[in-house]
Amino acid sequence: MTRLNVSHLSVRRRDLDVLSDVSFSVDQGELIGLIGPNGAGKTTLMRAVLGLQDHDGQSSLAVLSSQDRARAVAWMPQAREIAWPVSVETAVMLGRTPHLSSIQHARETDHEAVDAALSEMDLQHLRHRAATQLSGGEQARVLIARALAQQTKLVMADEPIAGLDPAHQISTMQTFARMAASGISSIVSLHDLGLAVRHCTRLIMLGDGRLVADGVPQDVLTADRLAQVFGVTAFYQKTEQGPVYQSLEVTR
Amino acid sequence: MTRLAGGLSLGVLTLAIASLLVGPAGIGPSESLSALIRGDGGPLTLVMREIRTPRAILAILIGASLGLAGAAMQGYLRNPLAEPGLIGVSGSAAFGAVLAIHTGLAASFALALPLAALVGALGAVALVMALAGPRGTSLTLILAGIAVSALAGAFTSLVLNLSPNPFAANEIVFWMMGSLADRSMNHVWLALPFMLVGTFLLARLGRGLDALTLGEDAAQAMGIDLHRLRLMLIIGTACVVGSGTAVAGAIGFVGLVVPHILRPFVGAQPSRLLWASALGGAIMVLAADIAVRVILPARDLKLGVLTALVGAPLFLHLILKLRQERI
Repeated sequence: MTRLNVSHLSVRRRDLDVLSDVSFSVDQGELIGLIGPNGAGKTTLMRAVLGLQDHDGQSSLAVLSSQDRARAVAWMPQAREIAWPVSVETAVMLGRTPHLSSIQHARETDHEAVDAALSEMDLQHLRHRAATQLSGGEQARVLIARALAQQTKLVMADEPIAGLDPAHQISTMQTFARMAASGISSIVSLHDLGLAVRHCTRLIMLGDGRLVADGVPQDVLTADRLAQVFGVTAFYQKTEQGPVYQSLEVTR
Repeated sequence: MTRLAGGLSLGVLTLAIASLLVGPAGIGPSESLSALIRGDGGPLTLVMREIRTPRAILAILIGASLGLAGAAMQGYLRNPLAEPGLIGVSGSAAFGAVLAIHTGLAASFALALPLAALVGALGAVALVMALAGPRGTSLTLILAGIAVSALAGAFTSLVLNLSPNPFAANEIVFWMMGSLADRSMNHVWLALPFMLVGTFLLARLGRGLDALTLGEDAAQAMGIDLHRLRLMLIIGTACVVGSGTAVAGAIGFVGLVVPHILRPFVGAQPSRLLWASALGGAIMVLAADIAVRVILPARDLKLGVLTALVGAPLFLHLILKLRQERI
């Protein structure tokens, strides 16, 4: 079942093509890594797909009403903003916003969703702490948990694992992978190509606002593309412990 | 949570009764209350019903609406330093009133002054909305508000500058300090509809303000219509602050300090802060209005002066606390 259809998506900002003619679709159970160097248009693509950004072309999510969209996709922006010192539990409960009317109180199912998201992100012991007092990595996990609590069939996250320690980076990617196995698709933008090849079922590579490659990791990360788009050489091999990727030298 | 609600409600009730019992007439509590309720038609009933009752009601209305609007504004801008006057409504309402005093319109009929202030507030809303645009962000709203406030302030100064004699200037300055003295039930009836509409609009913002804790992008993606939220915020704030300023003059610091004090007691959640700040604002204005009658009964101490005298140091204290741990 298709979770998302994007066709000929373009974004222009002051006569500059930030994104040009990007098309792809997302099926159920996919974990898509959105990769590309700084300024390639990853964030712009995700925001345009969500309809948070003016664009040309179509996205099946952008045409939904804001209520329907909020029940179809959860979005974790790159700016990890938590404005008030609310408890971790309260912050994660915000993910239930689309499922509650403006005066409704949280129901049993909402508390269950929050509990599940908290334990998924290893936050049970922090649930009563003020979210603003946590470390940056812990705050990131709170915000991921918030997106999980929204319980949508598609999750989009902008650099969700940046700033996390290695253990939590891996476990967060495993969480996304587990969700994919149960049919929930994710699109996550990543800079860590090593984690991308190990966990993602598919990579979409952006360069200069264009879709350069789209496919399984070993097909996307060719030496040519790495040199052209990222300007690096890399070690990339299938080992007994799964695929291993390491960037080596700068080529330009 | 419920204890906080109970405590605050009890505070409002106690101070409201105290407000009815305090005054220069110097009547015993039981006498006053029986005159209020039974109404023997004597001068005592007149004092209770025509002077003290509207005063207490206005204190509750204005305090509650300033607290509510302050909490909503801070929640929307995600900034503990925001206050309801930020969108220029109170400044413009004051300008309308000042103009009415200056031109002599205020003396022509009883409610001319508050009506002129309301017109000023309305003008400010129209101007802010035109400047900030229908699809603008919170930043454009702040900038538009600052522009309108500055303009209203400049015009107010101009009127003062051109005032024909020191008595007129005096009257204007005293009015601007804000007071609840000598207000009638007519003032209550004038302000009440706007207050009710504004409160209704602001009280419904809770869910959206909560979602905004995580930023505008995240809130929008959680199904919050930010344009609608901003519109409701502007109109709601304009209704309550405009009508409040119209009947009582500018009363500062309530919308700034009260949400700040109560935030830790509601777990910093913007939606819960709304109603708590409404009750807290009523308490602050009731208490201040009782204080001006008790401290210097002969000198007509102005309410706005007292709230600023109490509010500013309190605010400084909170800033110092904020520096130690983010609240």
